[in-house]
Amino acid sequence: MSGVLRLLGASMWRYFKLLGIQLKASLLLSMQYRADFFIDAVISLFWAATAIAPLWVVYGDKVQGKIPGWSLGEAMLVVGCFVFLQTVLDGAIQPSLQTVVEHIRKGTLDFVLLKPADAQFLVSTARFQPWKASSFLASLVIFAVAFARLGFWPSLGNWAQGALLLLLAVVLLYSLWIWVVSAAFIVVKVDNLTFLLSSVFDIGRWPSSVFRGILRWVFTFVIPTALMTTFPAKALLGVLSWAELGLAVVCTVIFAVVSRWVWLRSIRRYTSASS
Amino acid sequence: MKRLLKMLPSLLRVGFAENIAYRAEMLIWVLATTMPFVMMVLWRSVAEHFPIVGGMGQTLGPLQMTHYFLAVFVVRQVVSAWAAWEMNFEIRQGTLSMRLLKPLSPLISYAVNGLTGLPLRLVVALPVLLIFFLLGGLRDGAEYRLFFLLPLALLGGWLIVLFAHMSIGSLAVFTGSSIRIMEVWMAAFFVFSGYLFPLDLFPDWLASIGDVLPFRYQLGFPVQLLTLSLRMEDALILLGKQWLWVVALGSLTGLLWRKGVRRFEAFGG
Repeated sequence: MSGVLRLLGASMWRYFKLLGIQLKASLLLSMQYRADFFIDAVISLFWAATAIAPLWVVYGDKVQGKIPGWSLGEAMLVVGCFVFLQTVLDGAIQPSLQTVVEHIRKGTLDFVLLKPADAQFLVSTARFQPWKASSFLASLVIFAVAFARLGFWPSLGNWAQGALLLLLAVVLLYSLWIWVVSAAFIVVKVDNLTFLLSSVFDIGRWPSSVFRGILRWVFTFVIPTALMTTFPAKALLGVLSWAELGLAVVCTVIFAVVSRWVWLRSIRRYTSASS
Repeated sequence: MKRLLKMLPSLLRVGFAENIAYRAEMLIWVLATTMPFVMMVLWRSVAEHFPIVGGMGQTLGPLQMTHYFLAVFVVRQVVSAWAAWEMNFEIRQGTLSMRLLKPLSPLISYAVNGLTGLPLRLVVALPVLLIFFLLGGLRDGAEYRLFFLLPLALLGGWLIVLFAHMSIGSLAVFTGSSIRIMEVWMAAFFVFSGYLFPLDLFPDWLASIGDVLPFRYQLGFPVQLLTLSLRMEDALILLGKQWLWVVALGSLTGLLWRKGVRRFEAFGG
């Protein structure tokens, strides 16, 4: 038993080191374009402003409306989660998986499959865009403004819950992307499909209470945007029930397991283009 | 001019064939324009509970919000261009030199390229337009003559988008890449064009800023015509302002392009 554990530990440590190496490679690549950091930071603030603008108009003097059940500060938390996840998507998930699509089209995925490490791990960590991290700042600004408006600070437990749910959201997002990339084994030209999925993700901008009936169900279970942005915001507000927390965990585990299975099946289908 | 007219049919044919070849990409691009629908969901849910009053004193209920954002989707399909991305790519790769060799200004070929994508985009936009009319509920006693201004307004909107793309695209010669400038332009477009909310709902001071910027003339103004939410005299003034922007951005494009071509050295071409 202890032998198995040691083996597991050793392999975890190995993957940890591999992740470090991949990250370093991406960082070195980005260091060539240092000036981009500042430009990206400014642009991400612009985009964060466009994400907030509709809320600001809804709650503004002319309309004086509100999203049913959500005050401005609370709704801003949802947008904050949305901006955060979009950053993860643009900075870590999208660039890596874009390279898989390239590999499949050119037939160079063989070289990745030959390496003595898990292929899904290798392709998922192939490319990061560290400069996109500047829009984390944008999401932090949104969180800060939201809490200043609400006039309270979440307890340590709520922070922990919020962080856990955001982590689950990242896993969900990643699993969805694995599905899309697995589609690349069949239809080859899929970069547009990832584009489509990121526009569907836009729905996560609003608290899920704007949806009615079947749509609310779809955006909780089929395309789980409600789990990704509304639930973490609720956790930070301290109003997430244990049932909802359990739901998020179960859903995430199912999505992750299924995506791993889909990936393994797709790999088996893969016939390299060159041979 | 006569030469151009002679070339035009074949240019259009080639462009259209290209678009047919990439029809899947085009379709996905159209389907990925989900933002109007994302906004529609938000505004419908707000309008169900709170009375919202538009610029002409009309109520904006859930139905009117649906109208507004369906119109936004349709107009966005008509007034779109991607010349800036094309130009950035060709300037970086040096393939712009191929275009320069042809006996036709590259600006015109970019414009024709954009135009030939229109039929395919209309395949999706027209059903949406049909739903728009089938929903009914356009205001009683509204000024139906506004529809006559629509073709001119759509043309004006498209030209503003196209010239903006070409001006920014020309900047790539000087800066290496102008994609980031385009992103800033897009962000401003989102906020000031009426893409995210009817501009009537903007606070007055921001509305007056939006009035002098080109963005509302790209999209918001044609949408207001389509939803019949303007008075005739205001509409005519807005149309005049729109075409002032067309002329201004057209001149800017000419200027930047001429300077840019003189500077352009095909890398490795």
